[in-house]
Amino acid sequence: MISIQDLHKSYVTGTNSLHVLKGLNLEIEEGEFVSIMGSSGSGKSTLLNILGVLDDYDKGNYYLSGKRIWGLNETQAAITRNAMIGFIFQSFNLISFKNAMENVALPLYYQKVSRKKRNVIAMEYLDRLGLKDWAHHLPSELSGGQKQRVAIARALISNPKIILADEPTGALDSQTSLEVMDILKEVNDQGITVIIVTHEHDIAALTRKIIRLKDGVIGEVITNGELQMYRDRVKQE
Amino acid sequence: MFDLDRWNEIWHALAKNKVRSLLTAFGVFWGIFMLIVMAGASNGLKNGIVEGVAKFATNSCFMWSQQTGEPYKGFKRGRQWNMDSDDLTYVLNNVPEVEYISPKNFGSRMNGGPNTIYGLKTGSYNVKGDYPEYIKIDPYTIVQGRWINDMDIRDKRKVCVIGEKVFEQMFEGNKNPLGEYLKISGVYYQVIGIVRPETRININGRAEESIFLPFTTMQQTYNMGNMVHFLAVTAKKGVPVSVVEEKVKNIIKLRHSIAPTDVQALNSVNIEKEFQQMNGLFIGIGILTWIVGIGTLMAGVIGVSNIMLVIVKERTKEIGVQRALGASPRTIITQIMLESVALTTVAGYTGLSLGVALLELVNQVIERQPKTGNEVFFQHPEVSISVAVTALMVLILAGLFAGSIPAKRALQIKPIEALREE
Repeated sequence: MISIQDLHKSYVTGTNSLHVLKGLNLEIEEGEFVSIMGSSGSGKSTLLNILGVLDDYDKGNYYLSGKRIWGLNETQAAITRNAMIGFIFQSFNLISFKNAMENVALPLYYQKVSRKKRNVIAMEYLDRLGLKDWAHHLPSELSGGQKQRVAIARALISNPKIILADEPTGALDSQTSLEVMDILKEVNDQGITVIIVTHEHDIAALTRKIIRLKDGVIGEVITNGELQMYRDRVKQE
Repeated sequence: MFDLDRWNEIWHALAKNKVRSLLTAFGVFWGIFMLIVMAGASNGLKNGIVEGVAKFATNSCFMWSQQTGEPYKGFKRGRQWNMDSDDLTYVLNNVPEVEYISPKNFGSRMNGGPNTIYGLKTGSYNVKGDYPEYIKIDPYTIVQGRWINDMDIRDKRKVCVIGEKVFEQMFEGNKNPLGEYLKISGVYYQVIGIVRPETRININGRAEESIFLPFTTMQQTYNMGNMVHFLAVTAKKGVPVSVVEEKVKNIIKLRHSIAPTDVQALNSVNIEKEFQQMNGLFIGIGILTWIVGIGTLMAGVIGVSNIMLVIVKERTKEIGVQRALGASPRTIITQIMLESVALTTVAGYTGLSLGVALLELVNQVIERQPKTGNEVFFQHPEVSISVAVTALMVLILAGLFAGSIPAKRALQIKPIEALREE
């Protein structure tokens, strides 16, 4: 699904150049449930942006479902994002003047799906996330957990191959965080690849694979048995 | 274009800060309002003047004698001289470009005390001697009877045509004056017609308050010999009046031993030139109107552009989200452009409508005024449909222009930067 080889990325500000990703290699198979961790400055946001086709890279290869992502113009990038990737953000980023249903329907709007049709589909997704009764409420009338569920429905509506979640629980209390993680797990059970960027160990422990970034390269990958040990360790902490 | 979500977004972007949007819109509103009102007012001025003179023959010039300005052929400077009846035939025979020639003599004046008697009534009017051709130059409506004809001239008939005011005052407006006799400066004349002027150009007093005698009658009755006071000449079609004016003047000067270089002896007015100058003035007013109007409008449009930049800045995050969700650059550009065009067009059309409404109001007020025939040099202030269409085009263009810089700015928003947590 995702294949990255020798990925380099620097940010140039004035005369300073900050080398963030230094030859990163990463393979993520279809249907995986992965979390990316790392201290601030380790390059996890940068990696997420490149994975989400929100930013380009300087050197290396990034294959998304067999297709190399390279040199896309803004329009092509927009189409790729719309078709392949569903985004979930820490601060939800719902459009304030659109109600829950319209927010969910937004990706279909950019695909030029008719208003009637996309609203019907949006209602289906809201129903799946238990928000049918809130469909006509504005984001300001929803709780944090509800907002994030709306955002998840919005990420899912275009049938993406990958869900990219940037600190999806960062603005939620621990109870709601667990609910959101349960939903993401269900999403993953349907075969969609889910990638979460987080700095919370207990959230990362709920995924099936943890990738630790360190100084722009993969520092550690924890899977299977190790993950069980990791979970136990987190619990003790 | 008629996408509900799109208009919803436009509405929210503008309604979010109503005062700001209204103030911005006011800039454009005022620009268009000023443009329309000024264009209407200059049209009103133009209509007022043009309607007053429209029927006057523009291919005409007038000349009259004055003291000579140069010594010539043994005559000293400052000599008094007059044109004479022989000049008329001579000009007609020697200047083929002349269409009509009409001499005019002036008798006793209105302000010289009562000069007209009918029964027990007296009145004072301007008395003029005219040719049949004169009403082809300065047209009069014949209210009753007829105008002076060739036989009146040939036989020096003692007849007169009176202005409408003369008729109203001398005959109290209810008697048939035709065939009646008026005693004018001591001589009786039979009334043959009543006239009303069609223009507001007056030569030696208003035509309504004038009495017109056959030119030859006047020369004889008042001992003018073959003297001609005033000469009106029109040019044939396609001939510039200035050419005719020059030729006629040269011939007359030659016949009266006046230096060809003497500019003072035979004075003249070229109506064609006056009209051209007047048109030039109107064109000038028009250009000024548009410069000031467009300038004001530009100020408004720059205001819109500024506010759009602020709106884009405020909505950075929202635009970032939209782009992350797959909105194409085109969608974003269209959105910003539409917002800008919507703001300018709505504001502009409000200004346009109110401007037109104001002009219509003024027009109604002017129309209600009783027609006194007095100088109302302001008529039908209005703007043509073409001005309105031009204004619409200008507005849409202005909106696009105002939106282009903010739209460009919106495109430069990288989703990642927009979404990065502060």
